Amino acid sequence: MIEVKNVFKDFSGNKVLDNICAEFEPGKTNLTIGQSGSGKTVLLKCIAGLHQVSSGDILYDGRSFVRMNEKQRKEIRKEMGMVFQGGALFDSNTVEENVMFPLEMFTDMTYEERRERANFCLKRVNIVNANNKYPSEISGGMQKRVAIARAIALNPKYLYCDEPNSGLDPVTSILIDNLIKEITQEYNITTIVNTHDMNSVMEIGDKIIFIYKGQKRWQGTSAEIFDTGVKELDDFVFASARMKQLRDLNRR
Amino acid sequence: MRSFFYHIGRYSLLMKRVFSRPERWRVFLRNTVREVENVGISSIVIVLIISLFIGAACAIQMNNVLQYSFIPKYLIGFGTREILLLEFSSTIVSLILAGKVGSNIASELGTMRVTEQVDALDMMGVNSASYLILPKITAFIFFVPVLMVFSIAIGLVGGYIASFMIKGLSTADYLQGITMLFRPFFVAYSVIKSVVFAFIIASVSAYHGYYTSGGALEVGKSSTRAVVNSSIIVLLFNLILTKLLL
Ligand SMILES: Nc1ncnc2c1ncn2[C@@H]1O[C@H](COP(=O)(O)OP(=O)(O)OP(=O)(O)O)[C@@H](O)[C@H]1O
Ligand SMILES: [Mg+2]
Repeated sequence: MIEVKNVFKDFSGNKVLDNICAEFEPGKTNLTIGQSGSGKTVLLKCIAGLHQVSSGDILYDGRSFVRMNEKQRKEIRKEMGMVFQGGALFDSNTVEENVMFPLEMFTDMTYEERRERANFCLKRVNIVNANNKYPSEISGGMQKRVAIARAIALNPKYLYCDEPNSGLDPVTSILIDNLIKEITQEYNITTIVNTHDMNSVMEIGDKIIFIYKGQKRWQGTSAEIFDTGVKELDDFVFASARMKQLRDLNRR
Repeated sequence: MRSFFYHIGRYSLLMKRVFSRPERWRVFLRNTVREVENVGISSIVIVLIISLFIGAACAIQMNNVLQYSFIPKYLIGFGTREILLLEFSSTIVSLILAGKVGSNIASELGTMRVTEQVDALDMMGVNSASYLILPKITAFIFFVPVLMVFSIAIGLVGGYIASFMIKGLSTADYLQGITMLFRPFFVAYSVIKSVVFAFIIASVSAYHGYYTSGGALEVGKSSTRAVVNSSIIVLLFNLILTKLLL
């Protein structure tokens, strides 16, 4: 369980996160939604400890991540997996080496064991016959999936995905979404997914947090999202005029 | 001025992180070998070509200057050797490497930074500074002296070839010149200089690359800054070391 408590974050005076509070439970896919530039990535990076919060606290199972020393933090880091917005695969390593990387750094597995585990993870995300390719040689959707494979290689307790399906076609997006949801339930992972894709919201959102200009404006489930009374969220959900029409027809 | 101290401070902190015990020695060694190829082996050809031509040019120019004097011709060989040993093969070759390897290091690290690969390492709990930078510095420090020795040797060969073309300079004179009054300390001096320069180039370029922020445009800027700054610092240290050691 991850608790975000009154987190503020600014970059040299430019306020990006404004008093965010949230809780993320294991076994659930938690979604953070919001427009581009609303602060989703920054929030996720604060949770993962890649940005220092300006004030506030982040608790991992009740223990303050902000006040931990580097060694304790490292222990928790080993239980995190993250899929970055651009995939962030290591260019100079092959697909297989990318997935084996965390295993090599943090386990005492033999080469054969590592390869086996890497191949298992790659199969899990439906990547076959690409083991010896370099990231630049595979498509964007494949890169995202390899990134997921790398993130789950160490059986993480926490999985963070920053827009795992941005730039992908709707079919592949849904595949990736469902994959994330399955993994989350299968291994009881605390998963946080950033997205601005309404398809994902409807498909996998167990719990949804809406961020608007760095502030949390709403939280709830995908069933509740159509009738929240929050204007900014309405504008986000029913962004197109056609959607608004459909909504108004429905209400009448 | 404030920014000067800011950079010195941040550079020192980065170096402190770089020189910590590698997570896995096996991985460190593998990466270092990879870097020897990346920053070292790939520079051999350019260093050899430049040294060959500069060695030849030195001999020819010196002959031009000394042509009408009574100074013995074997001093041309002697002078060529001293130039190569004292300045060219350490300082000038380092400047060339600052351009080639410095920009390579800075753009590689810069790209890794802006594509969040550095974040991915930090996120996993890997010390990204040490993991990425230490192998580069190590490989470069070990390889630059090797390049320097090659450079001296090939530069002397260049002068030798030129001596065939120079009227009045016999090959025997040239060979006598390059072996006379040989002081082994000059070799040590050259090696020390090149090791220091290698460290400066690799670490300063790594610093600029590692702290890139933004996008592809900034990667280009970091790479330029890496070359300019490491060249200036190399020249500065060249003066300091010459004053200290000779
Ligand atoms: N390292 C940084 N330094 C300064 N400002 C930053 C930094 N990272 C993000 N910001 C600012 O924080 C704000 C929120 O950025 P963030 O990347 O979190 O948006 P986002 O919600 O993830 O958007 P997107 O959906 O486009 O990814 C932006 O205005 C951005 O300019
Ligand atoms: Mg983002």
